[in-house]
Amino acid sequence: MRIYLDHNATAPLRPEVRATVVEFLGPPANPSSAHREGARARAALETARAEVAALIGAAPAEIVFTSGATEANNLALRGALAAAGPAAGLVTSAVEHASVLDTARALAADGRPLAIVPVDGEGQVAARDVIAAVGPATRLVTLGLANGEVGAVAPVAEVATALRERNVVVHTDAVQAAGRMPLDVSALGVDLLSLSAHKLGGPAGVGALWVRRGVRLRPELTGGPQERLRRAGTENVAGIVGFGVAARLARNELTDAAARMHALAERLWTGLRARLPDAVRNGPAAGPRLPNTLNLSVPGCTGESLMVLLDLAGIAVSVGSACAAGAAEPSHVLRAMGRDAEAARGGLRLSLGPTTSAVDVDRVLDVLPGLVAQVRGGAAA
Amino acid sequence: MKRERIVAAMSGGVDSAVAAARCVAAGYDVIGISLRLLRATDGHCCSLDDFHDARAVADRLGFPHYVFDMTEPFERHVMQPFVAEYLAGRTPNPCARCNEHVKFGLLWERARELGATRLATGHYARIGVDPASGAPSLRTARDPAKDQTYFLFMLGRRQLERTLFPVGELTKGEVRAEAAALGLPVADKAESMEVCFVADGDTAGFVERHAPSAALRAGPIVDDRGRELGRHGGVHRFTVGQRRGLGLGGGERRYVTGLDATTGTVRVAAGEGPAPHGLVARGVSWAAGVPPASGASFAVRIRHRHPPIPARLAAVRDDAVQVEFTAGGSVVTPGQAAVFYRDDLVLGGGWIESAVTGTA
Repeated sequence: MRIYLDHNATAPLRPEVRATVVEFLGPPANPSSAHREGARARAALETARAEVAALIGAAPAEIVFTSGATEANNLALRGALAAAGPAAGLVTSAVEHASVLDTARALAADGRPLAIVPVDGEGQVAARDVIAAVGPATRLVTLGLANGEVGAVAPVAEVATALRERNVVVHTDAVQAAGRMPLDVSALGVDLLSLSAHKLGGPAGVGALWVRRGVRLRPELTGGPQERLRRAGTENVAGIVGFGVAARLARNELTDAAARMHALAERLWTGLRARLPDAVRNGPAAGPRLPNTLNLSVPGCTGESLMVLLDLAGIAVSVGSACAAGAAEPSHVLRAMGRDAEAARGGLRLSLGPTTSAVDVDRVLDVLPGLVAQVRGGAAA
Repeated sequence: MKRERIVAAMSGGVDSAVAAARCVAAGYDVIGISLRLLRATDGHCCSLDDFHDARAVADRLGFPHYVFDMTEPFERHVMQPFVAEYLAGRTPNPCARCNEHVKFGLLWERARELGATRLATGHYARIGVDPASGAPSLRTARDPAKDQTYFLFMLGRRQLERTLFPVGELTKGEVRAEAAALGLPVADKAESMEVCFVADGDTAGFVERHAPSAALRAGPIVDDRGRELGRHGGVHRFTVGQRRGLGLGGGERRYVTGLDATTGTVRVAAGEGPAPHGLVARGVSWAAGVPPASGASFAVRIRHRHPPIPARLAAVRDDAVQVEFTAGGSVVTPGQAAVFYRDDLVLGGGWIESAVTGTA
């Protein structure tokens, strides 16, 4: 039985989600069709929209379904800036997901002013630094709510409050926060928020962008009236209803799941620190942090070798950033936190999910110290 | 009983696939590793298709496969020296450098961390064992047309002890047949001949993109009497022995006899002038740990795919040697390897520093 501790990459599909998805795979389901088949699809689509909206305290009409969080982030950045005019610029942080950071750089290459705010050694971005980076041309600030690599939680609400009267759209990528911490768009005070289904136990290939009523956004995909003209193309109904179920489950279970994941992550870290006294936990020591994420460096060990040995021992974890081939590259997050290239390659990320058990954690505690000794000492006797 | 773990280096090609398959058949606990050596921006695609091929082979044979990123060390140990060598008027041998530093250096370190006792590759070479001492020795492949010992000469005894060349006893045809019999998806895959990081074989263009612009300078092409015959765009565009593409128009057949990077001069000679009758090599390592006696006879290979030529050891000083060809002259290209053979045994090798011309 394998142990899966890579929930920040993707989570297993929840059985309840699977059942609902399967139900909608087969019968014709185009929500724009006038017949009964279309009406059934429309009803399911709108139910899912309400479930996803409820996860973040939003109105259903403000949810735009997309092909995933990458598209949602692209729509947020490109769409908001296009609507704000050709000279509109943006501000982001150095530890964003590639779908934000690379898109921001692409927009900068097209001539838009871009400021990338640095983070401290724990991966925390300071609200005052973000606010100070907002210039006269800035029309968008995008800040990931929780960092998927080291778990740092950004002061998004503080930034949004400070910018309320500044004619700046505030976007947050909440992909890693969803299902792990309470989400409320009113409390956050943001204008745009991205979500992904598959991090919640929904299907891959589905996401959403929440767009506060009144926020101007130019669509990226055109050619149909779907999603209130914000995202053309026949909806992925089966995927979206799966997203709806995953969102409902995540909302209902949040308090318990977050507490359980937090307790297990701390048990894991406490146990590892006792067995590997020189291990370093990357990320915030005290500040707000995702309850499920443990990123550690073990001196003298490449994270990649530990990842492979854990995989061979039946435990799936990950190392920072991976290229398309799965090779570990120096993590841009750890680099931004001031680690050198070698250390930035060494971070081992264990991310727990709602189904992670104490038995799983204890198995890691049993196995990992021996693997560390092997990597440090060479071939096992 | 716990099986011996080995790491199989997998390029995505048929040779390393069959090497890995042979390790599986031999009962080893195999981990396949592919190395990412190039960034996506280096012209190629970063070899994603090759990784997929390697993984498909691993899936088919039922062993785990991973890709390790070694772009930074590859750049440092192979690509940067490659550019520097061309700028210095030499013709580098990047495959040998990659074997030395990356595959049998850093990859072996990783293999050791993973608990492997040996590293298997798809190179065409054999490892013999001295019946008296038990010491391993590097020997040429059974298929002389495919032999790759020219790129492996620097492997020492301790490296050979932890290395497997499972296809060294096979011909290329046999390798393909074995791959086909196992249903490996790479059985008919075309071979890569070019330097892996130089897209479309445009070496000069690669050097120009990666060199500091101040290092690229035009200069004269002069003949053996010092007459300027024309101009050129940089010594990195030439290789000693080159006959084509000299840009001198028609007339006499000429070839490059020397490159002087300090003055930016390309020297050429007409027709079939007297070829060098020896070479000086540096950074020489010997399989036996010590050089053979001065005057010893062997054969020296000075280019991949060229047959070794008869020679004798004329002089040794530290890690430098002077070698004399005993059966006629040959074009000698600084920067290439000189590898010494006695029959199928690799005695050692080093890096060609210069040709020896004129009377000794």
